[in-house]
Amino acid sequence: MDMLDPVTLSRLQFAATALYHFLFVPLTLGLCWLLVVFETTYVMTGKEVWKTASKFWGKLFAINFAMGVATGITMEFQFGTNWAYYSHYVGDIFGAPLAIEGLMAFFLESAMVGLVLFGWNKMSKLQHLSATFFMALGTNLSAVWILIANGWMQNPVAASFNPESVRMEMTSFAQLVFNPVAQAKFVHTVSAGYVTGSLFVLGIASYFIIKGKHLEVMRRSFAVAAAFGLAGSLSAVVLGDESGYNLNEHQQMKMAVIESMWETEKAPAGFNLIALPNQAAQKNDFEIKIPAVLGLIGTRSFDKQMPGIKQIVADSEIKFQNGIKAYAAFETLQNDRTNADALAIMKLYSKDLGYGLLLKANGVEPTAATPEQIKAVSLKLVPNVAPLFWSFRAMVGLGFWFIIMFASAFIMAAKRNYSPSWVHKAALYSIPLPWLAAELGWFIAEYGRQPWAVEGVLPTGLASSAISSPLVLTSLAGFVLFYSTLLVVDLKLLFKYARLGPPNLDSQATVKN
Amino acid sequence: MMPIPVDYEILRIIWWALLGVLLIGIAVMDGFDMGVAFLNPLLGKTDEENRVMINTIAPVWDGNQVWLITGGGAIFAAWPLVYATAFSGFYIAMFLVLVSLILRPVSLEYRNKFEGGARKAWDWALFMSGLVPPLVFGVAFGNLFVGTPFEFDMMKVPHYRDGFLMGFLHLLNPFSLLCGLVSVAMHAAHGAIFLNAKTTGPVKQKAQKVVPIAYGIWLLLFVIGGYWVSQLNGYSITSAAAVDVVSNPTIKQVALVKGVWLKNYLSNPILFAIPALGIISALATIALAKIRPVTAFVTSGLTVAMTITTAGVSLFPFLMTSKLNPNHSLTVWDASSSPLTLWVMTIVAVIFVPIVISYTGWAYAIVREAINEKYIRDNSHELY
Repeated sequence: MDMLDPVTLSRLQFAATALYHFLFVPLTLGLCWLLVVFETTYVMTGKEVWKTASKFWGKLFAINFAMGVATGITMEFQFGTNWAYYSHYVGDIFGAPLAIEGLMAFFLESAMVGLVLFGWNKMSKLQHLSATFFMALGTNLSAVWILIANGWMQNPVAASFNPESVRMEMTSFAQLVFNPVAQAKFVHTVSAGYVTGSLFVLGIASYFIIKGKHLEVMRRSFAVAAAFGLAGSLSAVVLGDESGYNLNEHQQMKMAVIESMWETEKAPAGFNLIALPNQAAQKNDFEIKIPAVLGLIGTRSFDKQMPGIKQIVADSEIKFQNGIKAYAAFETLQNDRTNADALAIMKLYSKDLGYGLLLKANGVEPTAATPEQIKAVSLKLVPNVAPLFWSFRAMVGLGFWFIIMFASAFIMAAKRNYSPSWVHKAALYSIPLPWLAAELGWFIAEYGRQPWAVEGVLPTGLASSAISSPLVLTSLAGFVLFYSTLLVVDLKLLFKYARLGPPNLDSQATVKN
Repeated sequence: MMPIPVDYEILRIIWWALLGVLLIGIAVMDGFDMGVAFLNPLLGKTDEENRVMINTIAPVWDGNQVWLITGGGAIFAAWPLVYATAFSGFYIAMFLVLVSLILRPVSLEYRNKFEGGARKAWDWALFMSGLVPPLVFGVAFGNLFVGTPFEFDMMKVPHYRDGFLMGFLHLLNPFSLLCGLVSVAMHAAHGAIFLNAKTTGPVKQKAQKVVPIAYGIWLLLFVIGGYWVSQLNGYSITSAAAVDVVSNPTIKQVALVKGVWLKNYLSNPILFAIPALGIISALATIALAKIRPVTAFVTSGLTVAMTITTAGVSLFPFLMTSKLNPNHSLTVWDASSSPLTLWVMTIVAVIFVPIVISYTGWAYAIVREAINEKYIRDNSHELY
């Protein structure tokens, strides 16, 4: 792979801008519900301290929300600018959830956020609370549709290839929406957002508790965040397990790779706690294995086998053969649009057309592919094992750490024990960790799907635009420079306003510099 | 598969019309935000005046911007080939739009957290966010008339003739630059008419002076553009038009004929009412600005809508024209999604567009109060 070819550069740009975008999204997803809790308590009890909490956390929410919206536009437009062939080839299916996200969710959260920030004096308490609630609902509905779109890339249900339009077309909207992978991903992702929002509040509240400042607001914030975070982290880990089960059903290669499981084992398979994967030799140089655990997670049974990497590669042989047949029929149909034989072959084998395209993406003409060439390309079905194996372990480890921390904080809050302790310190210094876990999660989901842009359907190597490297280099450099500058400004402001703390009620203007 | 009770041809026309609705939605709703952002450093002499202008759009710009995001999503879903071809073909232009769109929320949110020169710099960043997108969208529209150099291979990958930089410079031809200026003048006028309705005091006075100037420029350029279009080589389908078959833009015949962009108007002269209504509304806006500010905002929106409709009707059924291989131009009949996707999207639009309009109306009603410097002083800590 050439570092300077447009596909690699476009991938780098997509990864950079997507990971950057996801610095803002999880905090929005989680913090909005905490705002709902603070404000509901204010409306029910009438105590000003809850209003102060709403406004203080609302201010930090606003700084973050602006960045999330702005960087989200880049994600949408980038499909067209850098992934033109992807946009054409799967737009018939993938475009719909994006458009629906705009209509159903994004309009809602965006129309409401203006009222939440600027409507305090213009609305009744209950009206303002409903604006906050619908904003939170909107952000979470956004996640539903985005993850339906992404879930389809992982498990492309409800679509078939049309040789005349040369693209995938939707066969069932209901199947697209109720894609089990999308459902599991949605719950896992918003849970991660709840953890991020909770730890953000817990950590900053801890900072003030340690300093002994704004205790009225911060003790309450601490308690709410501890409870919400405990629920969120339990849900993220438990429902992450649901994702694992789904992976084994729909993306066996990704499952085998994050476990570094080269050989098919006798059921139930063991779980590699630690391994040193050796990609070239297709084995682990070293491993510590816990028996049976993986088989239980992956198959929910004691007797179902889970295929290892080598077996999945070997099994792909037939898919390549089918893909070559489908590709040959496709070529025939370009010159003879009604050729009955070609149409019949297409119907039988088009579900594996992606494997023909994978040959093409690797510079092998599908209809002239030799067995050696097919074997060489089939090895590219295996993503880089080591980074995925370790990212997964880091993510899961962080998940358990969040449970421990939130549980400790929850116990303290339940006992009304307010004295500063190691939990407060741990929470403060753990603030960046949910972001790390979320970014690792996306890395596993997307890098673990390579070499596919859409699993088994469209190779990443064919999905990009027919644009030149200098173009992509220019935009990539521009984004890196621009985004880095913005991040510095954003963090500076977040730190500044977080440190200032909530205003005393009689001198709110002190928040302004 | 669920049965689809509407013909493919009708679905395509519906989505052509909805594309127009979305583009108009972007220009009318997000357009005045951009106009205000553009005018802010030009009209504001004091920081309070700047804050008055910025806070007219502060509670609503976020919702308005979703017109743009939804518009993008709808083109992706309903016209995937257009999405793919246009966005990758206008690569540098789209990058500039993205950067300026990101500058907008950032400038709004951060401006008042800085003092002095830094605050002024954010005003100019906001200015760019109000200038670049209307300019680029206008230039892009102009290039739909002139044609861009793309064609498809067997796999339907869009390829472009021009390399780095030339591809961008190619977009900047004289006719398209004129369209860009039409767009900037229109957005500035629309922003001014919004400030006229939403403020009292000095800002309102200044905005009132902008309206006749900006719409005067718009009128002049719009009329010149109309004549210029009649002299251009337009695109015309010469093969039998199949309107309800699978989307495949490479099998028709297209010819370039001088003046053919006016064909739709000449064969249905009633359509001339569209540009005429645009011009009448602009004149009405100028006349009503001082006496009926809210009505003037509505007539201004009508001008914006008619400007876009005028261009769309002229281009129909073309969506994107190729000067490299005119036969590969994208049209309403050969660049759409499948019938099922168009049908699903139609149902979604029918359900959600009224809901969106209802709560947007509610939100606007809550923040309807006109503002001025005193309001900024009284609510300083709550505002941008």
